[in-house]
Amino acid sequence: MTVVEVRDAVVSYGGRPALSGVDMTVHSGHVVAVLGANGSGKSTLIRAALGLVPLARGEVRLFDTPLRRFRGWRRIGYVPQRLGAATGVPATVREVVSSGRLARRGFLRLPTSADRQAVHNALSAVDLADRAEHPVGTLSGGQQQRTLIARALAGEPELLVLDEPTAGVDADSQEAFAAALREFVVGGGTVLLVAHELGPLRPLVDRAIVVHHGRIAHDGAVPQPAGHHADPDHEHVHPHAWSDSGGWP
Amino acid sequence: MNVFSYDFMVRALIGALVTGATAPALGTYLVQRRLALIGDGIGHIALTGVGLGLLTSTSPVLAAVVVAALGAIAVELVRERGRTSGDIALALLFYGGISGGVFLVGLSGSRTNANLMAYLFGSPLTTSVSDLVVMAVLGAVVLAITLLLRPWLFAICHDEEYARVSGLPVRLLNLTLAVTTAVTVTVAMRAVGLLLVSALMVVPVATAQQVTRGFRTTMAAAMGIGLLVAAAGIWAAGTYDTAPGATTVLVAIAGFLVVAVGVAIARAVRRTQARRQPAPDQPASAEPPDVVLTA
Repeated sequence: MTVVEVRDAVVSYGGRPALSGVDMTVHSGHVVAVLGANGSGKSTLIRAALGLVPLARGEVRLFDTPLRRFRGWRRIGYVPQRLGAATGVPATVREVVSSGRLARRGFLRLPTSADRQAVHNALSAVDLADRAEHPVGTLSGGQQQRTLIARALAGEPELLVLDEPTAGVDADSQEAFAAALREFVVGGGTVLLVAHELGPLRPLVDRAIVVHHGRIAHDGAVPQPAGHHADPDHEHVHPHAWSDSGGWP
Repeated sequence: MNVFSYDFMVRALIGALVTGATAPALGTYLVQRRLALIGDGIGHIALTGVGLGLLTSTSPVLAAVVVAALGAIAVELVRERGRTSGDIALALLFYGGISGGVFLVGLSGSRTNANLMAYLFGSPLTTSVSDLVVMAVLGAVVLAITLLLRPWLFAICHDEEYARVSGLPVRLLNLTLAVTTAVTVTVAMRAVGLLLVSALMVVPVATAQQVTRGFRTTMAAAMGIGLLVAAAGIWAAGTYDTAPGATTVLVAIAGFLVVAVGVAIARAVRRTQARRQPAPDQPASAEPPDVVLTA
């Protein structure tokens, strides 16, 4: 089954093109990584696929349904790049993760024991069960990111869409995150993720789509890092365009 | 002498308590969304409703609810578009609202400044029984929405994009919150006045979140603080014959300062203790110490 299908997508921000005629297909059970430099349009691509950015041209289908008629949002778990600007009122990890359950919980219904169990399972999956009652604002960046992943998992989705899930995340959190993702994939889940660096996620990824200047530059096997980027000791700290590392034709 | 032996003081107290519970309940969402001052703007708009009510000899309160709700919906539509020019649109709306109100109140023939002042800065001591009924009904509506819809309203205020991808009716919830803000402004109009409404929506929340860790506890604590300062404000105003609306807000701000100082002292004490006796079996925690008020 085709889970995500983007055809000839064109997006522009205030007249400046961000995506110029992009196609992308994600099949059920696959793990697809969208790679690219900052500003390449990779985040725009998945945001357009979720309807968060309007298309100037082209079409999006989710689970074989045109986006504007799509109502099965409970099947999708979205993990944004980061929690929006620190919010004004403290919220506990459990409160944030519970909001991920609302897609499944009926409107104005009290949470059932299944809802509470799903929240607990999601917290355990990212190894944050002992932090459930802590305010999200006091957690490290990596723990906040794991909170957002738990929020997406709490809805027991079929498709996880993650925007730069490992950016600026410490090594422990990256491992905890990779483990949670592996578990999700083994359970039959589909993953679409955007990344600058794959890091510990590399073994999980089936296919890579490289976006460059708003177009697809590569769609297929995960490109191998070339030159000094291939060195395992390479500290990847500088922002650069994907064309610099030259790992694909 | 007990100021609450007078019937009008009891009515003032009941009205203030309704305000004290509802304004912070709604205000928690506004602060969460970083729209702390939006209540102030809606209050400005509500004055036009008051003016219309007085001019047409209908109920100023009901006219205020309707006009404030329309204004709140307009504000929400401006916010939704998220343009920078939205600032100017809000300024036109807010100052148009308060000017329109002053203009219409003047036309209505109730030219005494006292009437206008009562709506702008509150006049709880003149609360009538029918005022109380209206406040209680509107207050119940506000509490029902803010408490029953908490998980959904929390979701849109915490992360609106995520709520959208969850398939929640984001626009409907946003408009519900906007209209509820308008209703809350009207409920609080009698107790603290349209220009001070926002203070009771924001200050108790700001006080509460200095010591709370979660959203639900912040909301509950803010409502408790709201009830406390509303009662204390009316008592102090009755006892010392001061302006009730302003007194209530000053009590709320004093409460904020007391808690802020208490938190700072508690932190300093903990830090000194930690320095004096570093616990060997406890690894240094990345978490800030729990704040305990009763040092």
